[in-house]
Amino acid sequence: MLQTELAAKKRGLKVGQTRMDKTFDIMNYVVLTICFLVVAYPLYFVVIASISDPVDVNAGRVILYPVRMTMDGYRRILEYKSFFTGYRNTLVYTGVGTLVNMLLTVPAAYALSRKDLVGRNVFMMMIAFTMIFSAGLIPTYLHIRDLGLIDTMWALILPGAVSTWNLIVARTFFQQSIPDDLLEAAQLDGATNAQFFVQIVLPLSKSILAVLVLFYAVGHWNTYSNALYYIISDDKRPLQLVLRSILFENTMGDMVEDASNLAAQQRLGDLIKYGIIIASSLPLMILYPFLQRYFIQGVMIGAVKG
Amino acid sequence: MTTLARDPGRDLRLTPARRKLNRILCNWQLYLFLLPALAYFLLFRYYPMLGVQIAFKKFKAVPGIWGSPWVGFRNFEHFFKTPDFKRLITNTLAVSVETLLISFPVPILLALLLNQLPSKRYKKLVQTTIYAPHFISTVVLVGIIFLFTSPRAGIINHLIASLGGTRIHFTAEPGWFRPLYIGSDIWQNAGWGSIIYLAALSGINPELHEAAIMDGANKYQRVWHIDLPGILPTVVVMFILSAGKVMSVGFEKAFLMQTSLNISASEIIATYVYKRGLQQSQFDFSTAVGLFESVVNLVMITTVNFLSKKVTNSSLF
Repeated sequence: MLQTELAAKKRGLKVGQTRMDKTFDIMNYVVLTICFLVVAYPLYFVVIASISDPVDVNAGRVILYPVRMTMDGYRRILEYKSFFTGYRNTLVYTGVGTLVNMLLTVPAAYALSRKDLVGRNVFMMMIAFTMIFSAGLIPTYLHIRDLGLIDTMWALILPGAVSTWNLIVARTFFQQSIPDDLLEAAQLDGATNAQFFVQIVLPLSKSILAVLVLFYAVGHWNTYSNALYYIISDDKRPLQLVLRSILFENTMGDMVEDASNLAAQQRLGDLIKYGIIIASSLPLMILYPFLQRYFIQGVMIGAVKG
Repeated sequence: MTTLARDPGRDLRLTPARRKLNRILCNWQLYLFLLPALAYFLLFRYYPMLGVQIAFKKFKAVPGIWGSPWVGFRNFEHFFKTPDFKRLITNTLAVSVETLLISFPVPILLALLLNQLPSKRYKKLVQTTIYAPHFISTVVLVGIIFLFTSPRAGIINHLIASLGGTRIHFTAEPGWFRPLYIGSDIWQNAGWGSIIYLAALSGINPELHEAAIMDGANKYQRVWHIDLPGILPTVVVMFILSAGKVMSVGFEKAFLMQTSLNISASEIIATYVYKRGLQQSQFDFSTAVGLFESVVNLVMITTVNFLSKKVTNSSLF
């Protein structure tokens, strides 16, 4: 072994490491582990609180594991009609909304990625401008109202049909990943723009399509402000709005009716709150680790442009 | 290579104008691709901007946006003179400036630390975990905050009580609004925010690190002298983006976190516009307030962009 390697090994270090490095690494592990716990513990707590006896949760006896496990909270949630209509509405809005998003965003992003598109810069400036200035809540609301879209699904889908950020991310992807010679070769073969797009560009773009679908879908699933502004009928409310009325307006009526007294009702209410948080976040929390790669890719493409 | 005769867009025997026209005609399908999105922008982003004019009008339902009478800056004067004005501006600015100062460095730090972690597996585990809160909806996040900070049943107060302190009614005290707002913002977004910086770090030339190791630099020094300067352009861009949004604190979270007791700290411009506009139908007044906010943002972002160009040579546009 080399002299330096021997010397390093003697100190319990790897080659090229100094003692300062080792303390740095230890500190690093400690800090990041603290961060890990700070993030993970609240989530874990909500899970165990949702399956523990509400009396124990209330009294602070639930800390590291569930106490006197009960599925009562979930049982009541599953019997709550609004929970299901909320879920159903959110699924519909997310499905239709994402479809609309993709149909509008992807072809436009491709067109804007083409250097031979006359007027490209004008279009880009027009679109970019909306990122720094917008009409505002009231003018947009009045416009939606005048279009007769209040209390319809379209009020949730159309105002956000194209996300400027996603458009730019997709455009950047097309610019970087579809080589010019590919286009020229296809043109030589007599392919039209449409044919090139559908038969060559799209199959090559599966990853960015996945990224866009995910970004848009998560956006639909999670926003509640548009529904707050535009949805009036109870049965059209998406899940987030139902969630809000349970978590903040304490409208749980039938779910806690049979509790013995007010205090018991409150505790039961808390149990339901923990449970419904899990129930409504579960799909995203489960899917997310598998799709993490795509999300990160999307952010990175956006970062390159930025 | 295509022959010039086949490509009327680049045939140098034709005039430039004619070539341009040819390019447009050849690519008619591309314009079709663009059309729906363009229609969207015109219809749902630009057309509503015309509605902004009611900020300068006294809005009446029957004549509508176009028919209502002009009143100049009266709505703005009204806004500046309300007793709420000072409080609103203070609350809005305080939240966004404090968020900027406190939460901005955290993702950077996380990225720098994660990047230096020897164990790839542990790095992956931590990353997956800290990205997760980003996908929680605002409603759920604030729901969790309220559950945890509940004075009688919340886990935070249980902890305080068990350490011998007095329970704090977090959501009833205006002084706790901002700490809760910013703290939960960091909890939710710092992890996700570190992705951009990690991407930037991966772009740093590894030879720089190797050279530094040869020169005997330890990790602290390498992070300080190589990593940080390496991601500086990204930091600047992100800072400009954040600084430019200084007036536009998001409506969703603040609205949910408001209670009748903390309202003196939790009423921000966005919630004010919502209440006056959609709940009380004071359309002209609330549009004026909203316009004020948008204009300030515009000015902020162009100023910060300009300054950063002068100082560090990198900017957004």
